[in-house]
Amino acid sequence: MSANESIIGGVRPVAAARQHSSLRIAAPRNWLRAATGLIVPAVLAALWELAASFGWIPAKLLPPPSAVIDTIQALAASGDLWTHALATLDRVAVGFGLGVATATILGAVTGYASCARRLLDPTIQGLRNIPSIAWVPLFILWFGIFETSKVLLIAVGAFFPVYLGLSSGIRDVDRKLVEVGQVYDLSAWALIRRILLPAALPAYVVGLRSGLGLAWMFVVAAEMMGASEGLGYLLVDGQMTSRPDVIIASIVMFAVLGKATDAVLVRLGAGVLSWQDSFKPQG
Amino acid sequence: MLRLERITKRFDNGYLALQGVDLAARPGEILGIVGGSGCGKSTLLRLMCGLVPPTHGRVWFGGVPIIGPRPEIGLVFQEPRLMPWLTVAENVQFGLHNLPRAERAARAIQALDRVGLCQFADALPRELSGGMAQRTAIARALVTRPSVLLLDEPFSALDALTRADLQSHLVDIWSDERPTMVLVTHDIDEALFLSDRIVVMRGRPGAIHAEFAIDLPRPRIRTSPQFQSWKERLLAALHAAINGEATAA
Repeated sequence: MSANESIIGGVRPVAAARQHSSLRIAAPRNWLRAATGLIVPAVLAALWELAASFGWIPAKLLPPPSAVIDTIQALAASGDLWTHALATLDRVAVGFGLGVATATILGAVTGYASCARRLLDPTIQGLRNIPSIAWVPLFILWFGIFETSKVLLIAVGAFFPVYLGLSSGIRDVDRKLVEVGQVYDLSAWALIRRILLPAALPAYVVGLRSGLGLAWMFVVAAEMMGASEGLGYLLVDGQMTSRPDVIIASIVMFAVLGKATDAVLVRLGAGVLSWQDSFKPQG
Repeated sequence: MLRLERITKRFDNGYLALQGVDLAARPGEILGIVGGSGCGKSTLLRLMCGLVPPTHGRVWFGGVPIIGPRPEIGLVFQEPRLMPWLTVAENVQFGLHNLPRAERAARAIQALDRVGLCQFADALPRELSGGMAQRTAIARALVTRPSVLLLDEPFSALDALTRADLQSHLVDIWSDERPTMVLVTHDIDEALFLSDRIVVMRGRPGAIHAEFAIDLPRPRIRTSPQFQSWKERLLAALHAAINGEATAA
C-alpha cells in the first residue's frame, strides 16, 4: 500500500476506497436475508396450527394462529385495536421521551464532571438496583392511577440504561482525542459537543435500545395495574373474559410494535454511526 | 521565537522529568530533539505548546509567556488522532473555530492539497492508510497557519518507505513557508535528514546533553559520506548521553 501510495503521490480514486460500503447493489438480496429471520416463526406457527387442527392441544386454552389472526382482524375492523395500540404507543413515547431526556442530561453531566459524578452517581446507582415495579404502589399513592403514574413508571424504566450508556460512554472516550481538543483550546461546551458526545454515541445508542425495551416492559406493568385502554388493558380483559385469543393477539401486537420501534432506533443509529470501523461478518 | 527558560518539570507523582532546561528554537529553523525513551523529550514538547505547565521556569513565545495552547503553535502527535466520525476535510478544519464555513472549507482544501490528499476530502478516517492518516493530521496542524509546528515522533508508527516519503514531504512544506519546526524523534536518521540543529538529551532527570548545528546542504542525501559521518557523531553523543542504558534507534 505504502509503496504504491508514494509512487502515485497518495492519489487513489475515492470511489474505490468507498466501494465496499455501498449498499445499493445488494438491495434485493437484503430482502432475502431479512426473510431468513421469518423461517423459524413460520415453521412454529404451522406446527402449532397443525397440532390444533388434530386436536393435540386444547384450542380453548391455546387457540391456533388462524383464530388469533381472526381476532386481530376483528379488533382491527371494530377500531378497538388501533385505540388500544395508540394508547400504549402514546404512553411509551411520552414515558421513554421523559426518561431519555433526564438520562441524557444527568448522564452527560456525570460523564463529564467528576465532581458531579461523585455527588450523583452513587445515588443513581443505588436507585437503579431497586426493581422498578417496586415503585408502583408509591407512584399510585402519589400520582393516582391515571396517566401520570404510568408514564413516570415507564420513564424510570427507560432512564437507567440510557444514563449508564451515556455516562460510561463519555468516561471511556479516548484520552488522546480529548487532548486534540485541548490543543485547539476548545471550551468545555465545545469539547462535549465536538468530541465527547460523538465519541460516546455508540454506547448511547445501545443504551437507548435497552431503554426502549424496558419502556415496553413497563408499559405492560403500568397498564395491568389499572387502565381503561391500551394493549396491557386488553391482556387483562382477555383474562377476565376467558379469551386466550385476545391475550395472544395483544402479545403479538406487543412483539410487532416493540420490534418496529426498535428497528426505527437501529435505523437512526446506523445513520449516525456509519463512521464506525466495526467487525461486521459478511454473508 | 520559542524559548524555554530554566524549565523544571516534576509530575504529581514526584517524578522529575526535566531539570533546568534552557532551549530556544530560532525563527524558521527545524530543531531536532533526540534522546532515548523516557528522557523527557515528549514532555518538553508538551510544555512548548502549553498542554502542561512547568513546575519551575517559563516558556516564552515571542515576548509572552505561554500559559495554554495557542493557535500560532501547531502540534502533530505520534498517532494521527483523527475524529473517526468526521471526514478527512472536516478533520482538517477541526481547529478553525471562528471562521465562516466557506473560509474553513477553502482552507481545508488548501491544506489537503499541500499534503497531496485532495481527492480524499470526503473519505472517512477508517478508509485511510497509516501514512494518509498522518498526512491528514499534518494538514490539520497546518490549517491554522501556525508559525511554530511541533512534531512528536510524527512518523515513528509508519513503515520505512512511507516514513521517508513523508519526511521529504515535510521538507517541501517547510521550504515553502519556513515555519519554525521542533521535531522530537528517537530516529537519528530522521533528525539528520530534517534538522538545522539537533539537541541530544539525557534522561532521569531530562536535561540537554549536547547540541549540534547540522551544516549538511539540502536536499540531504542519506547515503552521502557526510551524512554517514554526522550519523556516527550523533550516535556517539547519544550513546554517551544514555550511558549505555539503551541502544540508539
